[in-house]
Amino acid sequence: MGIKELLRENENKDLLRLLTCGSVDDGKSTMIGRLLHDSKQIYDDHLSTLEKDSKKVGSAGEAIDFSLLLDGLKAEREQGITIDVAYRYFSTPKRKFIIADCPGHAQYTRNMATGASTANLAVVLIDARHGVVEQTKRHSFIASLLDIGHIVVAINKMDLVDYSQEVYDKIRSEYEDFASRLEVRNIHFIPMSALMGDNIVEQSPNMPWFMGTPLLEYLQTVHIASDRNLIDMRFPVQYVLRQDMSFRGFCGTVASGILRPGSEVSVLPSGKRTKIKSIHTFEGMVDEAYPPMAVTVATEDEVDISRGDMLVAPNNSPRVSQSFDAAVVWMSEEPLDTERHYRIKHCSTHAQAEVTNVVYRFNVNTIGREEADSLTLNEIGRLRIDTSRPLAFDPYRRNRATGNFILIDPLSNATVAAGLILDRTSDEDQIQQPKVSTNIRQQVSPVSLEEREARLGQKSATIWLTGLPKSGKSTIANGLERHLFDQNRMVHVLDGENLRHGLSENLGFTALDRSEHIRRAASVAKMCNDLGLITVVALVSPYETDRCHARTIVGAEKFFEVHIDAPIEVCEERDTDGLYVAAKSGEIERFTGVTAPYEPPVNPDLKIDSKETPIDLAVQKIVDLLSGRGILG
Amino acid sequence: MSGYHLSHLDELEAEAIHIMREVVSEFENPVMLYSVGKDSSVMVRLARKAFAPGKLPFPLLHVDTGFKFEEMYAFRDKFVKDIDANLIVEGNEKAKADGANPFDLGTSQCCALLKTKGLLDALKEGKYDAAFGGARRDEEKSRAKERVYSFRDKFGHWDPKNQRPELWNLYNGQHNKGENIRVFPLSNWTELDIWLYIYKEQIPIVPMYFAKKRPMIVRDEQLIPVEGPMRLKEGEEPEMISCRFRTLGCSPCTGAIRSEADTLEKVIEEIMTARQSERITRIIDHDRDGSMELKKREGYF
Repeated sequence: MGIKELLRENENKDLLRLLTCGSVDDGKSTMIGRLLHDSKQIYDDHLSTLEKDSKKVGSAGEAIDFSLLLDGLKAEREQGITIDVAYRYFSTPKRKFIIADCPGHAQYTRNMATGASTANLAVVLIDARHGVVEQTKRHSFIASLLDIGHIVVAINKMDLVDYSQEVYDKIRSEYEDFASRLEVRNIHFIPMSALMGDNIVEQSPNMPWFMGTPLLEYLQTVHIASDRNLIDMRFPVQYVLRQDMSFRGFCGTVASGILRPGSEVSVLPSGKRTKIKSIHTFEGMVDEAYPPMAVTVATEDEVDISRGDMLVAPNNSPRVSQSFDAAVVWMSEEPLDTERHYRIKHCSTHAQAEVTNVVYRFNVNTIGREEADSLTLNEIGRLRIDTSRPLAFDPYRRNRATGNFILIDPLSNATVAAGLILDRTSDEDQIQQPKVSTNIRQQVSPVSLEEREARLGQKSATIWLTGLPKSGKSTIANGLERHLFDQNRMVHVLDGENLRHGLSENLGFTALDRSEHIRRAASVAKMCNDLGLITVVALVSPYETDRCHARTIVGAEKFFEVHIDAPIEVCEERDTDGLYVAAKSGEIERFTGVTAPYEPPVNPDLKIDSKETPIDLAVQKIVDLLSGRGILG
Repeated sequence: MSGYHLSHLDELEAEAIHIMREVVSEFENPVMLYSVGKDSSVMVRLARKAFAPGKLPFPLLHVDTGFKFEEMYAFRDKFVKDIDANLIVEGNEKAKADGANPFDLGTSQCCALLKTKGLLDALKEGKYDAAFGGARRDEEKSRAKERVYSFRDKFGHWDPKNQRPELWNLYNGQHNKGENIRVFPLSNWTELDIWLYIYKEQIPIVPMYFAKKRPMIVRDEQLIPVEGPMRLKEGEEPEMISCRFRTLGCSPCTGAIRSEADTLEKVIEEIMTARQSERITRIIDHDRDGSMELKKREGYF
């Protein structure tokens, strides 16, 4: 292969960051050693050193003790345990891997959290002789808390239980029971013997009952969804660069969203407005910056911006507050002291922090909540935290980069806790909505909605159909319209494309324009609802924030979000207009699903798989939903 | 979903730049250790990227043992001049004057004096509170255990059993007076990443990384260059061997490998198929089990 192809292949490879965890002696280091060895990733000289070491200090008799490959510290080799994370790097023709081999001892849980914070997959090992133990649960819980979407449960040491399927099934169901309380998208089980090499790289002949693939094959093929957020523009300013009088730039790493010259930005926490003038890199100016690019931004106006500030899109702000709730992993031998002040580091901001309330502590065995007034080493709880200056943040689950923080002991300078900001609680202030001028009074109609509804013999509602282009929204909307109309309902369809011929004809497809398009559609729907009509909206509406906004405009009790879901390949097949082809060739810009993101609804009122569901059935499902919610009597 | 995706190298680059900016923001007096090797070349390029169009906001520091190859010194001086950087050269002058050398002292003792002590003294003298180094985790098994911010006490010592947790990209740079950290912005780079990046960016490196015929002697399966103060053993005859250096250190303690790879393309191809690790030619790593860890605990990089 020539160097050019090699580089290209290398550029196209994706990266999987994984960690191994589980209890002491479950065989984590051995498993990685075996994985590297069997996939021929160990250099000859390292292998011969390993063979020598194994004879000298190994615990595998005459055979190779693979854990010695990873346990790089003297204290670890002497004691045969893992104390701190070891990072290993390898690559196959399909993927690059960074493995964080984490310690199993409860005492070193903080090191496990260190390894987990950057991972997108966790391999949790279980000793087949012992089954699910507390450390299995603790590590799985931390993985879930840190939003690692994929867990591989490696049921190891199967050779010591006669490769018994019964043992495997029992542990599997035990784990599944526990994991039903976690928030992990994908859990996969593999029975193995790391020591003997069963189901690591090669399919094990000792467990013919296992139909799945060995570990390496699974790691090479598992689909890892990107955790990048391209929606919410967040640019924490890290460093202010002054080059004589002519240039002042703001350096930082794009946390989320996309920055473009000309974009309006609001500087938090001050709220001052300016525009991005240009985006600089060593190579020159660029048209766009997205996560995790490290760039330098120059602004149109001379606004006061310094380290710790955050540039955001004015219509899509994070919360700015001096108080929030967070899930916190305590990492210090010194327990949490609510009387003390800590130092908080969040993005590029430092502030003083005070824990004003220990809301509860998690019981890692049950994931239940317990009352507590402090947290001790390795405990996890929900805390209310007040800070000395306002921070701009998002919930961790929505935005990792702006939703995490650490607490530092100001005396010892030690990192004592890792925190994940939780969604705002109900008793807190709602997001600040732009205020309507107080000079404009709302006129109240002498005819009430109830009177209108009574005349029409129906209750009004908005059925909001969201989904990829060509997922079937309009077809289903029209089917629903016909069906309801035939039943003497006053119903109409607001179609996104039709609106763009009229009300929204001055809008394009940038995130900003899409937001506005949706605001208009929602406002029209609201007016129609106020007249007593049933409004069916068919609109791609790709962003969760915009749909939330639409819900607010219409009113939550009248708003029904229906996700019309179809695999993108199916949408492409249906696309007789050639939109997808045009999007892929670059002819159409910012096409949802191809060059612009689609965020599936987290919690839709209804989800319809339009590939599998015929139109009448889809219509019936929506009718059932409306009947169930009292809209159709 | 396509688009808005950074390649692996671009991601590594962004991570390194983020780390450097963070250090410059949170420390009073950072310095970048410059060893003249390929990793240093990459690290300096990244630093220039981090602060462009400005100048490097810190000096480069070369801890010179006096045993480096001539080609390295020549390269260093030109490189620094070309990029207009501020280079400080320091060393343990007393030990040098006393004639410290690996032949009489052994490699461990020599390293402790010329490198570790030289480095610690230089850091102390310059009152540096943060020192960037080009070490990578994939080089050696104790380095695989180290954090990006490697905290050192006032003796410059590393306590591997008590490292600060390091989550996401939130680095804790809090320290007391007299303490310092070592910072490793290339932690997640592999040897191949370094070479691909050098290729992509056309970064200048010392010509010794490329194969040519050099006078060498063969000793204990190592190719030792005939240069500087080296001592020939009885019966040893230098011969011209086509070889190149995979890593660069002090001339008495750095071996070469037989190679025909005289271009970047060929070097990358060679690295891709190598069956031997990078540091096999570094004699200091093989003194005894855990020798790198011991050196590091005492203050070495």
